[in-house]
Order: sequence, then C-alpha cells, then structure tokens
Amino acid sequence: MKPFTCDTAAMLKLPVANIDTDQLIPARFMKEPRQPEGYGRFLLHDLAAEGTAPAPRAGQTILVARRNFGCGSSREAAVYALADFGFRAVIAPTFGDIFASNCVKNGVVPAMVSEEDAERLLDTADLPVTVDLAAQTIACGNVVVPFAIDPVWQTQLLNGWDDIDLTLAEGDAIAAFTARDAGARPWAAPRRR
Amino acid sequence: MQLPATLFDRLWDRHVVSSRADGLSLLWIDRHFVHEGSHHAFGQIAARGVPVARPDLTFGVADHYVPTRGRDGPVPDPSIARMVAQLGANTAAHHITLFGLDDRRQGIVHVTGTEQGLTLPGLTVVCGDSHTSTHGAFGAYAFGIGASEVAHVLATQTLWQKKPKRMRVSVEGQTAPGITAKDIMLTVIAAIGADGAAGHAIEYAGSAIRALSMEGRMTLCNMSIEAGGRCGMVAPDATSIAYLKGRPFAPEGALWDLALADWADLASDADAVFDREVSFAAAAIAPTVTWGISPEQALPIDAHVPDPDRISDPIKAAAARDALDYMGLSPGQALQSVAIDRVFIGSCTNARIEDLRAAAQILAGRKAVVPGLVSPGSSLVKRQAEEEGLARIFTEAGLDWVESGCSMCVGMNGDMVPAGERCASTTNRNFKGRQGPGARTHLMSPAMAAAAAVNGRLTDVRRFG
Repeated sequence: MKPFTCDTAAMLKLPVANIDTDQLIPARFMKEPRQPEGYGRFLLHDLAAEGTAPAPRAGQTILVARRNFGCGSSREAAVYALADFGFRAVIAPTFGDIFASNCVKNGVVPAMVSEEDAERLLDTADLPVTVDLAAQTIACGNVVVPFAIDPVWQTQLLNGWDDIDLTLAEGDAIAAFTARDAGARPWAAPRRR
Repeated sequence: MQLPATLFDRLWDRHVVSSRADGLSLLWIDRHFVHEGSHHAFGQIAARGVPVARPDLTFGVADHYVPTRGRDGPVPDPSIARMVAQLGANTAAHHITLFGLDDRRQGIVHVTGTEQGLTLPGLTVVCGDSHTSTHGAFGAYAFGIGASEVAHVLATQTLWQKKPKRMRVSVEGQTAPGITAKDIMLTVIAAIGADGAAGHAIEYAGSAIRALSMEGRMTLCNMSIEAGGRCGMVAPDATSIAYLKGRPFAPEGALWDLALADWADLASDADAVFDREVSFAAAAIAPTVTWGISPEQALPIDAHVPDPDRISDPIKAAAARDALDYMGLSPGQALQSVAIDRVFIGSCTNARIEDLRAAAQILAGRKAVVPGLVSPGSSLVKRQAEEEGLARIFTEAGLDWVESGCSMCVGMNGDMVPAGERCASTTNRNFKGRQGPGARTHLMSPAMAAAAAVNGRLTDVRRFG
C-alpha cells in the first residue's frame, strides 16, 4: 500500500449528505473486472448525470462532502472508484463505518471534520487544498481546519502497512487461540459438510 | 469481582486472539460467507499465493447477481455467467462448501446461512455484505466487511478490529396489531438518523423485541446498518433455541447441550453500562414508510411528507427538497395519496416465510392493480411457500413468483425498477438509483407492500383488518 503523508491538490466539493456507496459506484458497473481500465470512470456516474453533484475532474485528489459519506453497501468498489480516479483523501463530518475502513485498506484518508468546518471547506474558492496526515490539518487558502482520524489508521496510512503481513506474523497466537477454543467451544464447529 | 458486562463485551472477549498496544485486537472469525462479488478478494489471495486458512468455516452462496427467471438454462448475461462460474471455481479450488445456483438450499446469504443453522449464538460471523448484521438476531457478533477484509479472513480466519462502542435500543410494551419489526426499525432509524449508531454495536432489548419471532429479529438486525451501526444483536433465548434445534449445521446431541450451557451466559448484566441508550414505546409505533432517499426519511403512513419551506435549517431544507424532487412528491403531500407503479416483495430484510405469509394474508382473494415481483429469500423458503399455497395467492393476485436472489433490492441481476417509476418495496435501502437508475423506492413491511399493490397507492394496512 502506498504511504500517505501530505497531499496538495484540487478538491471536489459535494454539498450533499448521505452519499452512499451505490452512488459512488452504481451496482451495475461492478460486473466489469476492475483491471485493466480501473473503476475511476464509474465514480459518481449517476449523481453527476442527474446534476446533483459535479463530475470529478482530472487532478482532483481530495473530496469534501456532508455527513454520512459512504453509507450503505460494503462494496469496496466504491473506494476502488475513488482510488482509481486518483483520490487520496475524503473529508466529511461522519462516514459509513465499513467505507472508512475500506478507505484505509486502499491508502485513502478518511478525514473527519466538524459540520461547521465541512461547510467552510465547501464554501472555499477553487484553490489547491493541502491535507497533512501527520499534523491532522486541512488547509485551503486562509481556511485551516483540524481533522480527526483513528490513530491506528493514521499510523497505518503514514507507513503504508498491509494487514495480512502483520497477521501472518501472529501465527503462534492464532494456533494457541484455536487450541484453547477447541476445548472451550467444541459446539462451535459446523456440524456437517 | 467481575465488572458488569454487555452481551457485546462477552462476544468480543471470547474472540480476542491477541491485542495490540494501539487498541486493535485480532479477532477469531467463526463463520465467513462469500458470494459472487467476493472475486476481488479471491484475486487478492491468489496474487499473494496464500491458501484459504479455514475452508471448513467458509461457505459460498450465489445470490447477488443471479437471475430469478429461467434458472433451468444457462445464465444469459455473459458477465453474470462469468461471475457465477468464478464463484464455483474459487470455492471448488479451495474446498469451500457452495450453495450454488443448482443447490436446493441456494438463497440470499443472510437467509440461507441462518436457515441452515450455520449462524449460532456466540459466534463471530462476517461476509462481504453490509447486511451481515442480520445474523446478530441469534446473539452473534455479525458484521459486513470490504473486499480487503474478505481477503484477510480467507488468508487468516481473523480480522483486526477496534472495539466499537455499545448502544442499547430498547422497545418496551406491546405493538399494535399489524405492526412488524420493519415498522419498529424504520421508526428507530427515523429517530436516531442514518448515522445515529455509527461506530456502535447495537443491542436490541425490551419486551417488544423479546416478543419478536426470529424472522422479525432478523429484519431488525438486518437494518442496523441503515442506522449506521457496526452490527445489531438480540440476546439468545427460548425463541432462538427453538429455531435452531435440528437445523442441518447446528450442533446436536452432547454438543447441543454444551452449546445451550454456553449460550445461557450470553446476555447483558442488569447493571451493564452502555455508551448510549435510546428507548421507544412499542404502542406508539405505527405502520411506517419511507418518503425520501435515505431510510431516515420515514414517517407513519397517516402522515404527510415534509414541506422544505417550513424547515428552518437550510441544509436540512435543501436535503428535503432534493429528496422530494427525486421522489416526485409535492411538499406536504399525504403519504396515502402517493400512487405506486409496482411492488417488490423480497430481499434479505423481508423475504422469509413469515414475511411471505403476512403479504399473502393481505393478497388472498384480492388482485394487485400494479405489476409486482415476489422473490423468496431462499429456494427452501420458495418451496415451503409453494407447499403452503402462498405462491398461488401471489400469482392469482397477478404478481410474478420468481426464484430466490438479491433481485430487485439492488438490481444487479437486471431485475430493476424503470426510471421514474415508484416501487413499494420490502427492502432496506431507498437510496437514489438503488433499484435502478432513476427508480423511486418506498420501504415498508411485506403486509404494507401487499396493501399498496391492492390499492395502487401507499396504504394503511390497518384498514385491511
């Protein structure tokens, strides 16, 4: 996973609440394999066509929206669409839990700001925006706002760590757990195959 | 002395493999369901060259994309045929049990998994689908995960998780006749908001919850995600135990007795502390429908949709205006005056046998005045409904009786609501475009959807007696 420290780029502004993962990538596009073209071309497809949201433009890598961004379906394809388009950070007052977790797995920063600060960012002129993950700040012109992120996610994103590598190193702990568990919960195994 | 614990604390503690100083715990996963959409994750482990750690705890189901008609022949859409074949190849290569298209147990993963007795109290259950929260109805810790996490579980049978906060939603008293788990949950979501339970594990409690059947509890837990919750759960009791006894994958004999002894401990202590508590009076809950584009935009059927001009908060007013515009409704319009174009009875939320019985009870001897689709939650539910004569009631009313799958809830298989059409739906999401581009969705209980089919407009089921 590509580490994230600081990014300065154009920002896509979505003054809409409850943008769900179906809107980030409509379900019908997910039958296509992600490679080789990527899912970026499907990002916000229907919302942009309907005129509710501006279409993302090349060069934008930061996005700000209103509350409950990424709610709904667990489809990681919503994050693939963002990441494949080039987005590295999403900013909102609240996120769908699964979506936020999916972001981190793909090196995208879910930056949580207050509702007031989200409105201030939505109101900024079209200037480059800087997201500084170590300092937990977002700066656009003379607007500088702090953001919150789970410290575990922050470390993971700063280092570009991958979960499976970390877990395979826990082999002994897993073996000890399963040995203990087989005695404690023999009923938990599925009865028949 | 042990500190008082919640049901969620107990589930969590039983599954911690190791804990890191930064607050993450590695959790053991007891059941993992995969579906056609899980191909990204199989691709990830193939790219790493790691095997599936525990194929005996992994189960495959074809549901998201499967056709609901013409199942005797080949799948007509080539990309869907490829995904279904890929699930078959991936599960076969890794020796994973598959409930495939030709299996009589096939169905929506959250219906098949529970009716097979794979989900048990005290287990951790995951699937690359947000409605995995459904399985919490048995007192399991069940939650949806993304593709990278699916790959992680395939490779290690564990997940790194940060412990969510605990929230209790209590519903006390007796609901009025005709009020279902769907009405309870839409009322809860309207009250706390679509992100009201974000970061929380919800436990549903109170006498109205205890009175629910397993089907009702599954509907409730299913929609926990629509309130933003990480998961939802109900403590196991005599109702859950009676449901599970004798199910194909549930323990039996001495193991069943051991399980019962273990499950007896799965409850929140009387003095357990929750991070957040909300409570509702069951008697005040009316048949509830959504009017907008988020499940939080729900109202009692005898209400009127909001007038944005009378909402003082400009952001909320704009959201209401956008919702009314998309839904083609006028400010202040009476919900019961809203004409519908079709109905859909199906999905992991409301397509179990009890749901089909409730809808059939309304439709018996009546005709639907709009077209509609009834897709049972599983192929076994389909067969049972045919044996009980429910299927005939649906077809005689003029509705299409089709095979089991996610179908028109999400439209991935081509069962879609045409643009601009309005659908009375027993599903879980009324998001823009969820049932098809430009489709307008009103969420409601199966009986309410049936009543809407008969009258051609949103209807108070209480008027059907």
